[in-house]
Amino acid sequence: MQHVIIGAGPAGVTAAEHLRRLDPAAGVSMVAGEAGLPYARMAIPYLLSGRIGEAGTMIRRDPGHYEELGIRVLCGRARKVDAAGHTVILDDGRKLRYDRLLVATGSSPSAPAVEGLDRPGVHTCWTLEDARRIVAAAQTGSRVVLMGVGFVSCIIMQGLVARGSGLTVIAGSSGRMVRSMMDETAGGMIRRWCEARGVRVLSGDRAVAVEDGPAVRMESGETLPCELVVVATGVKPNVEFLDGTGVTVEQGILVDARMRSTVPGIYAAGDCAQGPDFGSRSRSVHAIQPAAVEQGRVAAFNMAGRDLAYRGGIPMNVLDTLGLIATSIGRWQGAGDGTWVEDGDAYRYMRLEFEDDRVIGAINVGRTDHIGVIRGLIEGRVPLGVWKDRLRADPNRVAEAYVAATR
Amino acid sequence: MMKSLTIDAAKCTGCLQCELACSFEHEGVFNPAKSRVKVFVLHDTGRYIPYTCTQCSDAWCASVCPVEAIESDRETGVKRVIDSRCVGCKVCTIACPFGTINYNAASGKVVKCDLCGGEPACADACPTGAITFVDAEWTGYGRMKAWAGRTDTAAQAQG
Repeated sequence: MQHVIIGAGPAGVTAAEHLRRLDPAAGVSMVAGEAGLPYARMAIPYLLSGRIGEAGTMIRRDPGHYEELGIRVLCGRARKVDAAGHTVILDDGRKLRYDRLLVATGSSPSAPAVEGLDRPGVHTCWTLEDARRIVAAAQTGSRVVLMGVGFVSCIIMQGLVARGSGLTVIAGSSGRMVRSMMDETAGGMIRRWCEARGVRVLSGDRAVAVEDGPAVRMESGETLPCELVVVATGVKPNVEFLDGTGVTVEQGILVDARMRSTVPGIYAAGDCAQGPDFGSRSRSVHAIQPAAVEQGRVAAFNMAGRDLAYRGGIPMNVLDTLGLIATSIGRWQGAGDGTWVEDGDAYRYMRLEFEDDRVIGAINVGRTDHIGVIRGLIEGRVPLGVWKDRLRADPNRVAEAYVAATR
Repeated sequence: MMKSLTIDAAKCTGCLQCELACSFEHEGVFNPAKSRVKVFVLHDTGRYIPYTCTQCSDAWCASVCPVEAIESDRETGVKRVIDSRCVGCKVCTIACPFGTINYNAASGKVVKCDLCGGEPACADACPTGAITFVDAEWTGYGRMKAWAGRTDTAAQAQG
């Protein structure tokens, strides 16, 4: 039995380790798209801020880890998959035969409609190589323009500010920050927090072009001269090489609860996969670490011939923007039955959403204690009983409600 | 020898000695806000519930950690944060469905119960036996006795 995994992020590495354990006699090969040992993109913001070195970004500490487990790690990128011939063709022409194939290729930055992004001084912030370039370019006093106000933008601000850079952030026409994860109240708090720390946040305007310098030309006519432009305007799944295989791709590779794609023998997990949602028939791309790890595990079990169903993912994110910590989890947009408390001056906010007798989603700003109980309440479908009214009056009692309802 | 923290909430009087002991053991200060065990006070029912990590076998915290900063001790089952590796990304704090691993902004790292390396200060400090550190071998022996009882009965039934 030959297991081939394309991708060496958290989903790929987790799957490889489980496959080795579950299927000791099988061949396990993992194709890494970048040179060097598998690393965690989640650690890059801390590399930028200087808290860790590159060694601190490694997914597994022991450099001999993969070899010891008998996991073959190859460097290359998949160019094409021949589904009928059960073969992966790499960009250098190498061919890998597989019995089971796991696609765990993650995603890549998508370029915004701005001219001149190929000019010197313009970087995405996604790979270790990107991080090295940004570290080299962001010197004390250098001016940085950051395009985009999503998760990645917010979480790398600390690193850019720590490097002594004057920072301007382009927030787009609405000015809403982290809109896929935060509501208007939380997003507004994050924005005010950034501005209070000297970050210039531009809204109601958009970047048109990067000119020599570099300098970013805005639609309003304003020009932002700088030493570095960082583009973080979203990502798209890496699935082009699957063209012609018959694998169905919508927002990502469509997979069932066993991480099977629409083509027998081909599985997908992590940021490139569109998998089942928790408590619903819908399927979404959950581009988050917990989903990548869990999907990688579930894929490995099923590839090894064990039957294991994914119980469905929920979005969950924790964001640290220049020290302001915000979390969102589940269906925080709500189903018409929610509550919140807010203290704008203190940068504190707690929103809870209910459906019937249960919590279905939450957003929090400013709190770090016992925040995980919200996942426990949602995925445990914990009936709140008398606690629903108490939480409606004060959603900050959420940990107390969890403990009272489950102990 | 496997031991685990056992909590008998009915015995808790809410004195918070456990929180102070935990905070002092780990942070060198008597500050309940820095404790890794928390006593929930349920005013409506008059209950006190000491609450901390159960060192669960799922170990969501360890499996989601992107940089292998949470280690599971094979002998004791303890899930321990390795400070030198933790980057402070906090993903474990939302992934743990019990909410028993938390971010400490002062250190920039996450903290959780580590059973004080085998002598939990909270259990030592608890004056009422609400928190005890129980020898897992003893509970194992109890299980064995129950099993032996069943097999004896089965043997008698066959005999």
